Amino acid sequence: MVNLTINGKSISVLEGTTIIEAARTAGIRIPSLCYMKGINEIGACRVCLVEVEGARGLVTSCTTKVAEGMVVRTNSPAAKQARKAVVELIISNHPYDCLKCVRSGKCELQQLANDMGIREIAYEGERAHHEQDKSTFSIVRDPDKCILCRRCVAVCAKVQGVGAVNTQGRGFETVVAPEFELPMNSTSCAMCGQCVLVCPTGALTERDSTGEVWRAINDPAKHVVVQTAPAVRVALGEEFGMEPGSLVTGKMVAALRRLGFDKVFDTDFTADLTIIEEGTELLHRALSGGKLPMITSCSPGWIKYCEHYYGDCLDHLSTCKSPQQMFGALAKTYYAKKAGIDPGSIYSVSVMPCTAKKFECERPEMVSSGFKDVDAVLTTRELARMIRESGLDLNELEPEEYDAPFGISTGAAVIFGATGGVMEAALRTVYEIITGTDLGENLDFVDVRGMEGIKQMSVKLPEKLAAPYDKLSGLELKFAVAHTLKNASQVMDMVRSNTSPWHFIEVMACPGGCIGGGGQPIGTDYDRRVMRIEGTYAADRSLKMRKSHDNPAVRELYNDYLIEPLGHKSHELLHTHYEDRSQV
Amino acid sequence: MPCAECTCKDKITKEQWEGLDAVVAKHKSTRGSLIQCLHEAQELIGFLPIEVQKRIADGLGIPVADVYSVVSFYALFSTQPKGEHEISVCLGTACYVRGADSVLNEIQDQIGIKAGETSKDGKFSINVVRCMGACGLGPVISIDGQTHGRLKSDKIKPILEKYNS
Repeated sequence: MVNLTINGKSISVLEGTTIIEAARTAGIRIPSLCYMKGINEIGACRVCLVEVEGARGLVTSCTTKVAEGMVVRTNSPAAKQARKAVVELIISNHPYDCLKCVRSGKCELQQLANDMGIREIAYEGERAHHEQDKSTFSIVRDPDKCILCRRCVAVCAKVQGVGAVNTQGRGFETVVAPEFELPMNSTSCAMCGQCVLVCPTGALTERDSTGEVWRAINDPAKHVVVQTAPAVRVALGEEFGMEPGSLVTGKMVAALRRLGFDKVFDTDFTADLTIIEEGTELLHRALSGGKLPMITSCSPGWIKYCEHYYGDCLDHLSTCKSPQQMFGALAKTYYAKKAGIDPGSIYSVSVMPCTAKKFECERPEMVSSGFKDVDAVLTTRELARMIRESGLDLNELEPEEYDAPFGISTGAAVIFGATGGVMEAALRTVYEIITGTDLGENLDFVDVRGMEGIKQMSVKLPEKLAAPYDKLSGLELKFAVAHTLKNASQVMDMVRSNTSPWHFIEVMACPGGCIGGGGQPIGTDYDRRVMRIEGTYAADRSLKMRKSHDNPAVRELYNDYLIEPLGHKSHELLHTHYEDRSQV
Repeated sequence: MPCAECTCKDKITKEQWEGLDAVVAKHKSTRGSLIQCLHEAQELIGFLPIEVQKRIADGLGIPVADVYSVVSFYALFSTQPKGEHEISVCLGTACYVRGADSVLNEIQDQIGIKAGETSKDGKFSINVVRCMGACGLGPVISIDGQTHGRLKSDKIKPILEKYNS
């Protein structure tokens, strides 16, 4: 342990601790901007300057390690003045358009300026200018609002292992951008949006779709349906001051009705459907000598990443569309027919924890209903903005139920939102199909839950299985679950080199799975992810139906329309193909 | 945007590509060897166009964004081919106070390009240097290593004409 004094308080911390972390243990908060514990500790912004007795000048507390007998003053006049000057200088190269900035109220620079009592612009001068990048359907980059903290650079490289952006140029001309300052749609960016979550300002934001959704809602000729992803219900509450992980399903449904959506449906319905299709596909591959391991395809950031970096492994991907796109294809076919509505007049909206979903719905092949299957994707943040815009407070709303038939779902679908959830949901169904037995109360496959980067488990099948599964008798089925693209790449390197022991792999692009997606509320961090995961499994436990194949609405869908899993109609509407993007 | 109309593929010979691959292979297993690798690549090819940067990124197993980050940071790396004649204009203190900026402006006007660029016909490229150690001769420029001193803007045209023939 190392003993030191911070602001006169004696504390003792582990060797190697930085001053900023040591101060936190003593309840002293040092302002910071570029700092992200364990991810971005580079002292780039200079906002965390403190005075250390005997040191030459002030030091950045995020990069300076504690030393025995160190005397630190975080609030000496010199330190406070220097920090304020640093923030004033950052502001001097920042547009003053807080009033109309989407990050207003959640901007860390704005917060710092407020906390420091900056009431006038101290330095006026030339400001750097770079064009906005609106080339993608997912993310908008506005370099003029960038303060060069490099958090996005760090998260993209270190958490996701992609490195789609870095600082380009030098000095005043420096800009955070892809290689050659290319527009992002011509790079290998996966559109996961983790950069948006960590951006302290409005330099990185989702591409806003609220305008087009409002227009559709206000158009009396349009029948506007909405679907909500599993991970939105455990995060939306945070936008209205609730505890992270609070389950707000019913309140969210009520809010969506107040906004004017004609039908409020649940992506969970097609998550159950995904399990039936994907589970059947897995069994089909296992029995017919198809390509194994099979890998899940629900996460569009993961899919785009795979297309760029593992273009030679695309036949491992399940051909199942994601639940969002399955929903879209069915909304303008099955639902339109059932409800007697002209599919051309249906406007299909989804609410997703995800920026990559905006890219996914624009993929040219996603038109199997004969129309664009999903017309617009809103992130959790955008939905929160629409709710606020309507003068609604989620806290005040009485919970309501989803509309039938696409509102009926099971616990297996809810857990799609968390890393390991798709795997667990699939296991609940596949195990029962293969063995013909009921899992009873033993539905929890806890080995695939939690924040560990790569999780593995295996299930030994009984020695004597009935046809057609007798081929699998006694087989030890092996599974892996990876979240973050960096972990995915470790798994994929084994798949590529044929050294993978697994039969089935789940990949989600974002840390923690969709509950930590790039479209979730600003402030998403490790602790919040864990709390949202807890909320997710609590929701699963609270439901009577917890297995996808128990979903009566899914059964009805097969009886009335699809006939059978992997059948002709399914292939037409629910399955897709991928594009090798390795040359981009 | 630098190197937007990249036509470097035609300008780089098969031997140069092979040499580049050898350079990359040599540095592949050493972490932090990007700058050295870029140096050797530029020495070999003369400049670092997009295709070369991509090849280096692929070879070293790092993102292209990281390669370009280094290339765009250091002035000594160029994404454009050097001209047949390389003009270095000294903007060091001594030359500067004696009017090196008007000399530079005259050269830029005469050739029709800015410092850091190469003329369309590939004849000239201009770059700015800090001090050549010939302060007594300032303002001073060098063309292909040959020094021209005590310059004024009206002396530029005849000098350039010698290289234009």
